[in-house]
Amino acid sequence: MSLARTGGAIARRRRGPLSEVLRPQEAIPRRTYLRILTTSAAALIAAWCVLTYGRLVAPLFLPSPTAVLATGVAMAQDGTLLQNAQASLLVIVTGWALAVLAGVPVGVLMGSFKAVEALIEPVIDFVRYLPVSALIPLLILYIGIGPAEKIAVIFIGTFFQLVLLVADVAAHVPHEQLDVAYTLGASRSQVIRRVLLPATLPGVMDTLRITMGWAWTYLVVAELVSADRGLGFMILDSMRGLFTDRIFVGLAVIGGLGLCFDLVFKWLHRVLLPWSPKA
Amino acid sequence: MIPPPKLRLLDVTVTFRARHGALVPAIDRLSLDVADREIVSIVGPSGCGKSTLLRLVAGLVRPSSGEIRLDGHVVAEPGADRGMVFQSYTLFPWLTVQGNVEFGPRLRGMPDRHCRDVASRFIEIVGLAGFERAYPKELSGGMMQRVAIARALANDPEVLLMDEPFGALDAQTRVFMQELLLDIWEKTPKTILFVTHDIDEALFLGDRVYVMTARPGRLRDEVVLALPRPRTLEIETSEAFLAAKRRVLAMVREEAQRTTPEPSRLRA
Repeated sequence: MSLARTGGAIARRRRGPLSEVLRPQEAIPRRTYLRILTTSAAALIAAWCVLTYGRLVAPLFLPSPTAVLATGVAMAQDGTLLQNAQASLLVIVTGWALAVLAGVPVGVLMGSFKAVEALIEPVIDFVRYLPVSALIPLLILYIGIGPAEKIAVIFIGTFFQLVLLVADVAAHVPHEQLDVAYTLGASRSQVIRRVLLPATLPGVMDTLRITMGWAWTYLVVAELVSADRGLGFMILDSMRGLFTDRIFVGLAVIGGLGLCFDLVFKWLHRVLLPWSPKA
Repeated sequence: MIPPPKLRLLDVTVTFRARHGALVPAIDRLSLDVADREIVSIVGPSGCGKSTLLRLVAGLVRPSSGEIRLDGHVVAEPGADRGMVFQSYTLFPWLTVQGNVEFGPRLRGMPDRHCRDVASRFIEIVGLAGFERAYPKELSGGMMQRVAIARALANDPEVLLMDEPFGALDAQTRVFMQELLLDIWEKTPKTILFVTHDIDEALFLGDRVYVMTARPGRLRDEVVLALPRPRTLEIETSEAFLAAKRRVLAMVREEAQRTTPEPSRLRA
């Protein structure tokens, strides 16, 4: 009762525009949202321009927007960008896809069956706190420094996290949904196939998106340690020659590709799972 | 000759094992008969085992001792002959209204044609014709529970178990749903076991109201309502209804007090 009265008072009192926008968890008009968004992006680019064209920072540390753009176009034209991006994409998609193929079933089993959880939790709990980067020397020793080693880095880095996230998703499928299926006459295998599995789909989809983001981190780490191609290698190689503009191109491409993957996953969620509350 | 009861619970006891290993009794030597096409309401203080009682009949919980018989056969596990409607929203979000309602027939491998016909019939009965293609996220709470009732009825169960199905709805929707349920019952009479903590609801719907004791749940008493059907909301102001309400209310209050310590003791 007292809460409602306080709420009313807030709504009635006149406040400035800033206060209107800064109410916790409150929606703001889409136009306001876009305006803030463009202002923020413009401010970043403006700051970059001021720092570089105003000669406040040496080009060695921060090349100008036009310089980065020109280098990017040149690298795209001579094929280095495509070649390195292809190498990185091949590694990341292969490693991640293998981790998904293996990790999603294991995660669902772990989250649904206590026995499976008890069986694999000791391994997973130990390995998940082991940074993948710590395993790279061992992987080089076992596999060598080719693409297979980087695929292994991404697989290990993604697999264990994925299993835990998916297990959590499966464990949180509402128990009543399973119960209601039983009372509708479902057998145990029907409950698993027709209720448990579809119920995990939105959560699994989120997990795929999140782990793909992490996979980029592992990729760059793996390429910085040992590689002769790839976007991470390109950045490291550019640093050796103090080609800061090339480093910035590499960063922009990695960021851009990551953003693309994120958007694709969000789009897939909407298209494949139109029933999901998040779609 | 008195017909044999549709559903019979005989001396049923349920004990759960708590986390620290102790045995906690939830239901204690409870016996209960329900006649065919009868609506029996069950009320009692929270935690008295009302829901456990329904889960027992559904076969989701096994009795520690005693037995449950439906049409003379012992109930051992869940089955399509005992449909259940839960308080929480249990529709399958990945299925449309139609998909949800025909879930049971499809499990039994019924032909598409039959599933569609059954689904549209019950969607019609619960007043949701036109919403066949909608997903649960597009429905209101009341509509979701109507689909849940249609889904349970589409299986043509012998008994309908309802566990506070309208508990999460607002007051107006709840009254509307109660009238709708009686209306559905007139069209397709079922034996219904209805658990609620709303005494008006229990009396309005039930032929009998069972009051359970505080944990461990036992049957304390039953109140028989000789109110005519079809019922309308007007009966809630009738003398018979009010007298029954006073009786049930007094019993529930007494039982609730046994579980809750008195305010003076709380302060000490």
